[in-house]
Amino acid sequence: MFIELPLIILLLPLLAFVLMIFFGNKLPRQGDWLATGMMTITLLLSIVLLITKVGFYSSETITSNFDWVVVGSKSIGFGIMIDNLAAIMLVVVTLVSTLVHLFSMGYMKGDVRYSRYFAYLGLFSFSMLGIVLTNNILLMYVFWELVGISSYLLIGHWYEKKSASNAANKAFIVNRVGDFGMFIGILILFISFSSFTFEAIFESINAGQLPFGSEGWLTAAGILIFCGAVGKSAQFPLHVWLPDAMEGPTPVSALIHAATMVAAGVYLVARIFPMLTADALLVIAYIGAITALIAATIAITQFDIKKVLAYSTISQLGYMIMALGVGAYTAGFMHLVTHAAFKAGLFLGAGSVIFAMHASLHKLHDHSTDAQDIRNMGGLKSKMPITYWTFLIFTLAISGIPLTSGFLSKDEILAGTLAFSTLYGHWLLPLIGFVVAGLTAFYMFRLLILTFHGKPVSEKIQNGVSESPKVMTIPLMILAALSLFFFYSFNPFGAASGWFYTAVERPLSVVPELLQPATYALFYEAVSSVHSTAMILSILIAAAGVLMAVAVYQWKKISADDLAKRAGFLYKGSVNKWYFDEVYNIVFVSGSHVVMRALRWFDETIIDGIVNGAATVTKVFASVSGWIDTNIVDGLVNGTASTANRAGGLLSHIQTGKVQTYLLFVLFSFLVLFVLIL
Amino acid sequence: MEILMNTTIFVPGLSHFLVVSALLFSLGVMAVLSRRNVIMVLMGVELILNSANINLIAFSRFTELSLDGQMIGLFVIIIAAAEAAVALAIILNVYNRFNTINLDEINLLKG
Repeated sequence: MFIELPLIILLLPLLAFVLMIFFGNKLPRQGDWLATGMMTITLLLSIVLLITKVGFYSSETITSNFDWVVVGSKSIGFGIMIDNLAAIMLVVVTLVSTLVHLFSMGYMKGDVRYSRYFAYLGLFSFSMLGIVLTNNILLMYVFWELVGISSYLLIGHWYEKKSASNAANKAFIVNRVGDFGMFIGILILFISFSSFTFEAIFESINAGQLPFGSEGWLTAAGILIFCGAVGKSAQFPLHVWLPDAMEGPTPVSALIHAATMVAAGVYLVARIFPMLTADALLVIAYIGAITALIAATIAITQFDIKKVLAYSTISQLGYMIMALGVGAYTAGFMHLVTHAAFKAGLFLGAGSVIFAMHASLHKLHDHSTDAQDIRNMGGLKSKMPITYWTFLIFTLAISGIPLTSGFLSKDEILAGTLAFSTLYGHWLLPLIGFVVAGLTAFYMFRLLILTFHGKPVSEKIQNGVSESPKVMTIPLMILAALSLFFFYSFNPFGAASGWFYTAVERPLSVVPELLQPATYALFYEAVSSVHSTAMILSILIAAAGVLMAVAVYQWKKISADDLAKRAGFLYKGSVNKWYFDEVYNIVFVSGSHVVMRALRWFDETIIDGIVNGAATVTKVFASVSGWIDTNIVDGLVNGTASTANRAGGLLSHIQTGKVQTYLLFVLFSFLVLFVLIL
Repeated sequence: MEILMNTTIFVPGLSHFLVVSALLFSLGVMAVLSRRNVIMVLMGVELILNSANINLIAFSRFTELSLDGQMIGLFVIIIAAAEAAVALAIILNVYNRFNTINLDEINLLKG
């Protein structure tokens, strides 16, 4: 059962994709029921798999492998591995995917490429499940690229818009940078260990084998593979693609750019965790921390509802990466799961708001007002009660308020960073962690208040707004329920006793002892000693962030403009996203333009010069040879001919055609001969 | 015959025959070269043949060459007859083709 079931789970979305791409348009309702139905079956099977796996075979890892390509002594396998990590991730992916399918039936209604959209959702789900299920890093890379292409296709769904097709290109190209590093990392591992499977690689390292016999290479391989995660999970410095990816349909942002695909990077780091050295983990932790801080500081000044959520996603992904880096493995992965639920919910909620705003603006024939700008909203609470209340729950969860799932995971992450710094120093990591927690609470409540509370900016627009249809609100309610604590642990103030912590344990490190991070026991001890401090601090900081947002935007005790003026260049930097796009534009885009111009000059002057020179020389030779041909050779030929012609002309006078003349000649010559002989 | 033979007033010798033959030959050549009419040219050719015949027979008579000359003379007469037949046939065809037997007008081979 354990091998067939995941195979069915993996292949059902692919079947949905194939059916939808070929027959989608011919089916009734353009086949949305088919795609959604197949995804629902996949979800149910995944839940069955999760319960069986975690409930009955919790400590086992089920793998199945067969040779795919055999080259000499090396073979590339094609296999499936199910541990608790994969089983949980499977449910996360299929659940969010199913809810997004449902939501899209409302949100995308009447879209030009409705069935195509569902087909791509199927392709994405298939590829994502492939990443989750594979036991082999090469196969993972293949699926990794497949999610990349489906993300590209879905961001560019409305490719008639120039900004959408640009965003799709940007996402694809920026990801390529990270994937390049990942591929080099994979090659280093394959050259050293002759295998792509995680199991075999870890076993070789555990047996004392090192890539090229040096510890440095092992660290390098870990960091290079992490580069792939930097690209996919939008970590600094490759985070620039994710905000632009919001050009895609909002349900796609919820599925791909909030809950699942961007979490693939975190999943990848979790998968290769045993082979990461302490140095590699430190790099990972700092990258995560920098990302979390940068994204959070940008999020507080953005006005586009989806951009705020996009930066918050980057920030939360930074959190997860940081958690894995400091060794809080379970906390990081748990944050992935809880974040998937509430961030997908936030995006779908934003989608519901945008959908209602669009409908209202459409009725008013207003095409200049931006339906995604929170400055045009306000007071939507009474018009969209379900959206509001679910949005509130998600906001509480992401802010880390107790009784929510976000509190459980974020609290553990903060405790982990604190424990890490008690063991090793690096006080910057917990400091950034707590600052970002406060910023998150602030910008999320700012978003909530500006969108739903207060007076509407425009009565006319607000009057046209109404609650979205059931097919869109039901997914919101399901996700809201999943953002509460009891799904993860019955103790609302600590996840450590819940099923999640028992199911997902930090794997043992396989790297040589000197390079290992703190052992689990040591780390766990440190976490326990700082846990209550971290919890109280995190609650206080989150509360401060919420209070600040309420004071500024709800009660208007503090003027936001005044704050912005006081912050000066910090505010300007934040609004302009710290000028990352501009700097990249100058350094990479203009830089490559300069290189290209130089190459073009080289091409046009030198290469073309050589080619043209060769052509000129040939031309000269040809004309000389042509001259010889026409004047000398032809001259000889024509000369022969015309000589013959002229001689013939002369001699033809003799030919009078008169027999008597000829006879006269004969006689005359005879006489001459006669005289000569005599 | 005997009487005439024996008269010594004039005995024609070989040279007389040759002179007559030469004269006849010249007349024939003259006719062949200068006459415009094909028939006349043909007659010129006959004269030439006959002058040759006179030569042959004269040499046969006045030398020790037995009858060979006379034999060839006979051949020539026969061949001349055949030649005349062939030539007249050609002339008929020429006349059909060109509507004339004037040699000056038959000059298709003119260069």
